[in-house]
Amino acid sequence: MPEVLTAPLVVEFPFTRSLGPVQSAFLTGLRERAVLGVRTADGRTLVPPVEYDPVTAEEIRDLVHVGVTGTVTTWAWNHAPRRGQPLDTPFAWVLVRLDGADTALLHALDAPGPEAVHTGMRVRVRWAEERSGAITDIACFEPDDGDESQVTVHAGEFEDPVAGIVAAARLDYTYSPGRAQTAFITALADRKLVGERCPSCHKVYVPPRGACPTCGLATSEQVEVGPCGTVTTFCIVNIKAKNLDIEVPYVYAHIALDGADLALHGRIGGIPYDQVRMGLRVEAVWTDGTRYPDHYRPTGEPDADYDTYKELL
Amino acid sequence: MTREIAVVAFAQTDHRQSMAELSEVEMLMPVLHEVLDRTGLKTADIDFTCSGSSDYLAGRAFSFTLALDGVGAWPPISESHVEMDGAWALYEAWVKLRTGDADTALVYSYGKSTPGPLRDVLTRQLDPYYVAPLWPDSVALAALQAQALIDAGDTDEPALAAVGARSRGADSAGQGDYVVRPLRTGDCPPVGDGAAAVILAAGERARELCERPAWIRGIDHRIEAHALGVRDLTDSPSTRLAAEKAGLFQQPVDTAELHAPFSSQEVVLRKALGLDDSVRVNPSGGALVANPVMAAGLIRVGEAAARIHRGESDRALAHATSGPCLQQNLVAVLEGDAR
Repeated sequence: MPEVLTAPLVVEFPFTRSLGPVQSAFLTGLRERAVLGVRTADGRTLVPPVEYDPVTAEEIRDLVHVGVTGTVTTWAWNHAPRRGQPLDTPFAWVLVRLDGADTALLHALDAPGPEAVHTGMRVRVRWAEERSGAITDIACFEPDDGDESQVTVHAGEFEDPVAGIVAAARLDYTYSPGRAQTAFITALADRKLVGERCPSCHKVYVPPRGACPTCGLATSEQVEVGPCGTVTTFCIVNIKAKNLDIEVPYVYAHIALDGADLALHGRIGGIPYDQVRMGLRVEAVWTDGTRYPDHYRPTGEPDADYDTYKELL
Repeated sequence: MTREIAVVAFAQTDHRQSMAELSEVEMLMPVLHEVLDRTGLKTADIDFTCSGSSDYLAGRAFSFTLALDGVGAWPPISESHVEMDGAWALYEAWVKLRTGDADTALVYSYGKSTPGPLRDVLTRQLDPYYVAPLWPDSVALAALQAQALIDAGDTDEPALAAVGARSRGADSAGQGDYVVRPLRTGDCPPVGDGAAAVILAAGERARELCERPAWIRGIDHRIEAHALGVRDLTDSPSTRLAAEKAGLFQQPVDTAELHAPFSSQEVVLRKALGLDDSVRVNPSGGALVANPVMAAGLIRVGEAAARIHRGESDRALAHATSGPCLQQNLVAVLEGDAR
């Protein structure tokens, strides 16, 4: 078999998230260099704050202003920071219980090395120079020997509160289509359309995925199909897609290639859009520099009889 | 309605570092065929099918739909999917069988961990407001838990090394360098691709399909607070509660298959479950030997059941976990008929 194909696949999205009243107060507070917690009915202070008590599920709203200094409750030394993490030099991940809080906040601690970090050590918030109302407004923590800071009640009211965050996320994959689809794509380079036949029901699937969806069996016998086929059904596209250089309206169709038992889809060209019909006989059109048919055009043959393709609709 | 449900067959891939040459369905199909062959069933004989996988591993939306080709999903079948480890798909299938709507179920799960950067991919399951923007990777979070255990006096680095060594059947000298201190290479699961499948059957049907069915005497799953700083990372109350509800503490087990991807998590689980040295823990090697994400928990149930099938165990515990630092936990108690 040919060597398996791979290609970079980047999944990137700026997730836009709205905040409830508690999260809004907390993140706005960070923008203003204040850390807010929330007080539960039994008197515990949760930092970072949540809208519902994790034990009782009761709604909670009472905000308190906690310290910007605190105590490390556990830590881990990260000698090789990864993309997106708070610091790009070696640092400690820490859970920090801020003064006045009963729970701990996860963040990074800037320290010279693991020997400078221990559970119970005192630390202080280092604010980011530019703050927008996000957890990253805390640049990191740094060692601090000072006393416990003052804790006060806070109304959680700010001018121009933050209503949402944009959390950008990017993951880089190496995509591989697997054996069957690699064979299909490799054959396309020679301008051949290749399907695979099920050993049990003998149907030919194109493009092949390595399995017969009816029998649940592996397929491997390759069968060349087309290049001519029959339009089984179609639609007329009236909206121009971004970055797509095709004039609307155009026709997108299901095409049963000769010898295939599954229709694939493609664009129909070389005929006015309002003359495309079920049963129209078409052939693949390859253009220079592409590895797949650009579109399908009429062959000029008489239309196929409905009975010849009705099973493939 | 009470009807007894059993695991009657189990199969898994030979787990490898990478199966890049195969698509998900190509990787999965031999496992599906093997588990069906063990019972003599065909895909058309299965009343209910349930799978577990994650789009974030594949980097593609609705990635599980392509895997359905492997179970013969045309004409339409009764099918469901969980975006979790297959152990939770097994739970759903168990419920389906308990209702009487089905007598047999096929449960499968798979994960190709290698196409993306797994440590970063798993950050996407974290709190998106306060935690995920910091990109704390899966090893870092486990390392915070490990340090908490060391500070509490529950373990130390040599003891953790011994867990890794026992799992791999090697000596603890090969523990490797720190990945995120205090966890070393040997404390962390290998990244790899793999799949697993089990067949469940109810009552007499189970006896027809398997010489010694592994009866599910109890199964339960529980979850803890999302925020790590709210939890006591040295304990796993959700595991203990699930075990209690599954009936674990009613009588001793001889085998425990624990889904502990990190050596430190085995320490937490042993404590939460009250396992002493009389219990054989992870005779399969556990997730420290092979950790195909989304399948490793189902494999624990399958390995425990297979020991009962082979007569090597009479009462076994299977545990699966999901989320950071043992956030969600499932416990099943399996028994063979008296001999």
